[in-house]
Amino acid sequence: MHRNASSGPLLIAVAVLLGGCALQPVQPWEKGDLAKPAMGFAGDLLEERYTQHIYTSKENASGGYGAGGGGCGCN
Amino acid sequence: MLFASLAAAIDAGAPAPDFTVAAADGKPLQLSAYRGKLVYLDFWASWCAPCRRSFPWMNAMQEKYGAGGLVVLGVNVDQRRPDAERFLAQVPARFMIAYDPQGAAPALYAIKGMPGSVLIDPQGRVVFAHAGFRDADRDELEAKIRAALPPRAN
Repeated sequence: MHRNASSGPLLIAVAVLLGGCALQPVQPWEKGDLAKPAMGFAGDLLEERYTQHIYTSKENASGGYGAGGGGCGCN
Repeated sequence: MLFASLAAAIDAGAPAPDFTVAAADGKPLQLSAYRGKLVYLDFWASWCAPCRRSFPWMNAMQEKYGAGGLVVLGVNVDQRRPDAERFLAQVPARFMIAYDPQGAAPALYAIKGMPGSVLIDPQGRVVFAHAGFRDADRDELEAKIRAALPPRAN
């Protein structure tokens, strides 16, 4: 009995927190705020572009760092 | 709810979903009002770099094929209208502009990238959907527009 009473709020908290996992992915037309320079990992856009250019050539993959523009998938 | 927005991409030949967005003057603009015209529907945003490239091309298409029945409709999806107006001041549009800050119309078409464009034939069917815009796409897109223009009356 005692165990049930204390796990109730915990279960509710877990359910609420897991609800956050059900967030819908950001759609291509919703990336206005994500496209802002402040949302990038790097402080300097030019430097980040340079770094990504090198990285792209090594990894054969590109994009996803906010340096290439508006999420158009066309680099 | 979880996958509600992950609608399947629009196939060629499928009827184009109808929507109503706000025209530049604030009046409602319904897609189906352009039945009988070839509609090049383009979803764009102020933060989208390739959109900046596509505008001069869309201006040219409207000028070249407008008399032949083409209507270029640029639906802005910025959440803040001033962002869009700043963009338009820098990159003038000589085609129809409408506003959909809620993003309901691009969701209907399951747009895959920005800019996202859909060509809709005079019968209201999707001819093709295209994601992104590169200068190299120009000729192919123009050829598809030309092939889909309604036959001349004369």
